[in-house]
Amino acid sequence: MPLTTNTILICAGGACVSAGEESVKDALERKLKEYNLQDIVKIVETGCMGACSLGPIMVIYPEGVYYQKLTPEVAEKIVEEHILKGRIVKSHLYKGEKGEVIPQPQEEVAFFSRQVKIATRNVGVINPLDIDEYIARDGYFALHKALKEMTPEEVIQVIKDSGLRGRGGAGFPTGLKWEFARKSPGDKKYMICNADEGDPGAFMDRSILEGDPHSIIEAMTIAGYAIGAQKGFVYVRAEYPIAIERLTEALKQAREYGFLGENILGTDFSFDIEIRIGAGAFVCGEETALMHSIEGKRGQPRVKPPFPAQKGLWGNPSNINNVETLSCVPPIIFHGPQWFKQWGTEKSPGTKVFALAGKVKNTGLVEVPMGITLRELIYEIGGGSPTGKKIKAVQTGGPSGGVIPAEYFDTPVDFESLTSLGAIIGSGGMIVLDEDDCMVDVAKFFLEFTVDESCGKCTPCREGTKKMYEILDKITNGEGTEEDLETLEQLAYIIKDSSLCGLGQTAPNPVLSTLKYYREEYLAHVREGKCPAKKCKELISYVIDPEKCVGCTACARVCPVSCISGEVRKVHTIDQEACIRCGSCIEVCRFGAISKVTPAVSVEVEE
Amino acid sequence: MLTKEDVKKIVNEAKTEALEEQDLLIYTLHKIQDHYNENYIPPEVAEWVGEELNVTPAKVYEVLTFYTMFSTKPRGKYVIRVCTSLPCHVAGGREIINALKDELKIDWNQTTKDGLFTLEETGCLGLCGVAPVIMINKDFYGDLTPEKVREIIRELRRGDSE
Repeated sequence: MPLTTNTILICAGGACVSAGEESVKDALERKLKEYNLQDIVKIVETGCMGACSLGPIMVIYPEGVYYQKLTPEVAEKIVEEHILKGRIVKSHLYKGEKGEVIPQPQEEVAFFSRQVKIATRNVGVINPLDIDEYIARDGYFALHKALKEMTPEEVIQVIKDSGLRGRGGAGFPTGLKWEFARKSPGDKKYMICNADEGDPGAFMDRSILEGDPHSIIEAMTIAGYAIGAQKGFVYVRAEYPIAIERLTEALKQAREYGFLGENILGTDFSFDIEIRIGAGAFVCGEETALMHSIEGKRGQPRVKPPFPAQKGLWGNPSNINNVETLSCVPPIIFHGPQWFKQWGTEKSPGTKVFALAGKVKNTGLVEVPMGITLRELIYEIGGGSPTGKKIKAVQTGGPSGGVIPAEYFDTPVDFESLTSLGAIIGSGGMIVLDEDDCMVDVAKFFLEFTVDESCGKCTPCREGTKKMYEILDKITNGEGTEEDLETLEQLAYIIKDSSLCGLGQTAPNPVLSTLKYYREEYLAHVREGKCPAKKCKELISYVIDPEKCVGCTACARVCPVSCISGEVRKVHTIDQEACIRCGSCIEVCRFGAISKVTPAVSVEVEE
Repeated sequence: MLTKEDVKKIVNEAKTEALEEQDLLIYTLHKIQDHYNENYIPPEVAEWVGEELNVTPAKVYEVLTFYTMFSTKPRGKYVIRVCTSLPCHVAGGREIINALKDELKIDWNQTTKDGLFTLEETGCLGLCGVAPVIMINKDFYGDLTPEKVREIIRELRRGDSE
């Protein structure tokens, strides 16, 4: 292998690919070849580096210079300036809150420096398609240690001692789960990886599968050894084609290296893993529904007990863990339980990956110690609001979770604290909401999702959530009453108490938490026909300020229903009756002359 | 169009790839669907799969209709899956949906008359960092604006008429 002077890590995560990573890479390759540098500068396509809103991004080693928002032209310039002449291209370095350029290297950038990476330790660092790079980062050392130096019981004890809790949502102690499966009688046992992450706003599992598939293979094999399984299944969403591709390749490599298959590492232990592809059903993230789907059936949940550890796949004892949980396993085995416990809180040790989305500057994936406050997460790492508007709340835990208002942002993020606020960590989605977001609309949004995704097996979930959605729809249309709010609350508790699986039991949470913290917004809708966030279409009107309108006609030209009239250079007006409130006009007006008002301007209907 | 023989071959292939000889229905249906440019599974072909795997037609149909990724009707050459999750919604997803429906002149689950585009909703695509996002066949498009999404559609149309 020729000696390399520079290594360029370029993020090939989904977000960067969609932002044009390939053309940037092509430009790099072209330019390197032009200067005959292709052999001494190595380009590595990695998994997601996390800072999705800044993509495409890359890091150049040995210096660790981090470049963002790349284009093919900039990539060419970087080859000519940085690689060839050693001059850093300042225009595309990370910028701080006030636009100041942050000094290098990458580790000093606030977005990265506050993070502690365990589950995502290799994501964005190695080439996911090269098993040697995984091994070079201590990969498969934990498997070796477990198989050669530890009994299955000892492996389980280490996981128990580490305090690792399931990262898929419920936070159940992982070691205990393994012990149940180990102790459950049966010759045939299965180890399942739940890669059917479906919570809107969470994408850490996709990122791990795409960026570090070997960590999942290693963890599943260790878990398989611990519980006494012979076979493993990874149940992955069909919406994640890149993850499926990379995992398939990784499985092939692991078999070639003898980390999977017969007599792994020369021991008596044999284990193999197979991928099963989902087919688009949210409920399949629920473990019993997931197992039904692997069996080739409709993914419908069943009553527990019996738990999967007793009767799982095809009636055999099975153990299911989420992707992020599993990726924590190899480092825990390798470094020991105490190492893991140095981060996090007493009851929630370790780290958690969060997906920051919504009204925050640095959207993307971050892994931080449990116990960090929401404020640190949203403002220091997330960079706060991108528009300067006031951040109002954060929605956590997707459709099973709730909203946390800004006044609680000093709450530490761990399983217990968020639950006490009526939200949950869930799989780690954090959707930041600002003053433009209507809480009734947010609640309605999640209910619409649940109605769609309810598998239909049990009545409270199938019919109850539909009824709740109808009421919320009525409220956002300005037709709701105060009595509706009471019905909504009643229904919420009934559905929570009587649904069969987690999907239904948690579906009312977005409604309950918004009612708890933002009841005045609901009341404004039902009492005054107002939407304080000016989001609900039926309750707002667009109006033109005659003082500011210069008659540029931009709004009239863009209006899809031609409801704006006025002569050139004269004040324009909107025909409220014809207006469909699409908002196109407000977007194009450069004079700030158009604004939204609530309640809607009443339109006089002629008899 | 697949023949009965082709189906047999696909089922046998799936059996050799699988570690467990148990029910391979969903796995095989994915493979069948990949064979069709129109991204669908003709009901009679699904029935053959059932015969090969010893599964009743009722059960095959049950599975076909439960999962949103499967379709028994032909879909467009380009299946546009629009993420309708909250992160995309708060980032202006509503306007993207309006622009798409307007540009394509179709509603959800419909296919354009020229057979090019089918519009479908999807759950979170996991690209919330660049919301709003759509997926067209296997490609992702992020940071969308109504103008950008119209341009993408027009680009695909142009590419197709050449």
